[in-house]
Amino acid sequence: MRFANVSRLYGEGEATVRALDGVDLTIERGDFVAITGASGSGKSTAVSILGCLDLPTAGQYFIEGHPVQSLSGDVLAALRNAKFGFIFQSYNLLARTSALDNVSLPLIYAGVGALEREARGYAALAAVGLAGREDARPNQLSGGQQQRVAVARALINAPEVILADEPTGNLDSKTGEEIMQLISSLNEARGITVIMVTHDPKSAAWARRRVVFSDGKIASDTRVSA
Amino acid sequence: MNARATISLALSALLRNRMRSALTMLGVVIGVAAVLMMESLGQGATAYIGATISGMGSNMLMVVPGAPSQRMGGGSGGAALFSLHDLDAIRRGARDVALLSPASQRPLRTVVGGLNRSTVVTGVWPDYLDIRAWSVVKGRALTDDDERQAAQVCVIGHTVEEALFPGRAALNGELRIHDVTCRVVGVLETKGASAFGMDQDDVIFMPFSTWSRRIAGTDRFGLVMAAARSQDRIDDARAQMTSVLRQRRRILEGDEDDFAVRDPREVQAVLDQVTGILTTFLLGVAGISLLVGGIGIMNIMLVSVTERTREIGVRLAVGARSSDILSQFIVEAVVLSAVGGLIGIGVGLGAAFGLARLINVPFIVPTAAVPIAFGVSLLVGVVFGVFPARKAARLNPLAALRFE
Repeated sequence: MRFANVSRLYGEGEATVRALDGVDLTIERGDFVAITGASGSGKSTAVSILGCLDLPTAGQYFIEGHPVQSLSGDVLAALRNAKFGFIFQSYNLLARTSALDNVSLPLIYAGVGALEREARGYAALAAVGLAGREDARPNQLSGGQQQRVAVARALINAPEVILADEPTGNLDSKTGEEIMQLISSLNEARGITVIMVTHDPKSAAWARRRVVFSDGKIASDTRVSA
Repeated sequence: MNARATISLALSALLRNRMRSALTMLGVVIGVAAVLMMESLGQGATAYIGATISGMGSNMLMVVPGAPSQRMGGGSGGAALFSLHDLDAIRRGARDVALLSPASQRPLRTVVGGLNRSTVVTGVWPDYLDIRAWSVVKGRALTDDDERQAAQVCVIGHTVEEALFPGRAALNGELRIHDVTCRVVGVLETKGASAFGMDQDDVIFMPFSTWSRRIAGTDRFGLVMAAARSQDRIDDARAQMTSVLRQRRRILEGDEDDFAVRDPREVQAVLDQVTGILTTFLLGVAGISLLVGGIGIMNIMLVSVTERTREIGVRLAVGARSSDILSQFIVEAVVLSAVGGLIGIGVGLGAAFGLARLINVPFIVPTAAVPIAFGVSLLVGVVFGVFPARKAARLNPLAALRFE
């Protein structure tokens, strides 16, 4: 995945906010990247664009050499479905919906049949340590458990890349650590590329590469040797 | 995403909000129920009137004095009454007239012992009861002999039997009508109330000869009753009678008739038209309520889209195409309106059944209206679901996720 001089502007005229300002960034397959920076520095915007939730205003974003701007909305949806898994700070689970249904949601849009959806849903929940809580609804789960459901949802379609936006932001440090362990194991055991936005140094320490954003630009890009 | 997944998705979304879904449906339920109730009752009323009119006797024709154009308010407009010579001429000249009778009537006080009652007494020929397809359930009908001898006999309707001979046999009983003593020789079958609410069983018939000599004092009469040979000869019989009567009454070519031949089917046609107009009008009202129901669905769907913006964002983030979101919300609206339609059909038919019982008309399931009502409710769902669904489908994934 490669950013070439990517900019993202919000608003118009005087009120224009330059969230990203000519960013060049290449992320290799299998890497574990932590993106940090002050709030408003453009780190979340960068991740949104990486995950095809948003498009650059200027510059080019290439996935495996293909420019993303030339893709149709449906192709972008298919990319989000098959290649990316998202984990959000606020979990973003569907309310009043069981953990199992939440986890298997991406499979609905992948056209997977009901029986297989259920089987894979069970497996994914078991993989994040939530076996037995399949029927629980988000409001019956703790924050950590909700985030585990979200991780399972991100995993279910065997994505190549997991995009995590402050995955530990709403969790206490112990639970946050557990979630980070989970995410890190995905990177190590399954070779999934992880790109994580965080302002928590302890979370960032799990990554092998650290990119710091400042005012829409990359301030530093360092590789952490293990 | 396939259709089954879409539908189950919509259903689970609706079931998550049971109360709201039920209230949203209510508009469509009421609209469809109103449509079906109106249609069912309209058809029931038409069928009831049709049955009453055919109960008056099929193939029946009536002739009254006075030009057709002047007779709207009743009264002969000075035109001459009919005579027995007219009937002879009709019998000779109208080949397709099978049965013929004069009819002259007046409400008269009728006394039996200490009981008395004002009843319409009619002088008729024996054919009259056949023309009206009216049979005698006790005793006998009037005969040609009665007519020839001007016998002091009569047949009475059920209401008269009950009122004047309570708890005892009316047959061979005597009643005094206008100072004339008549022997009851027959009791008529019960006809019930007419389409216009008159008691058809509160009647007495006597031979026309007896009537004209002893009661009316004239053999002129204001109504000719006739029956055509068969249903398809009614128009022929009518034309023949018209031509005979024009001759008898010396009406010049080009002049208007001073009498009118009536066919009960015309009355039926007029009544059908009236019920048709009423039904159309009420259907219009019901259609408006269906429209309001649809707007209700649109309102709630719009609220729902706003409220579920984050959900839409999540769905888009995990790979829903905007067409998936579009179909999900359209299907939700359609399921709401379709279920509302089904409930409305049940409620409407139930209400129609109850009301039909109450006002005593036959209950009819409007077979054409049921699928139409259901189809329209589906259409309402699609039409009013599209706008909110498009709003949902056009959301930007990131903006939707960040929506508070």
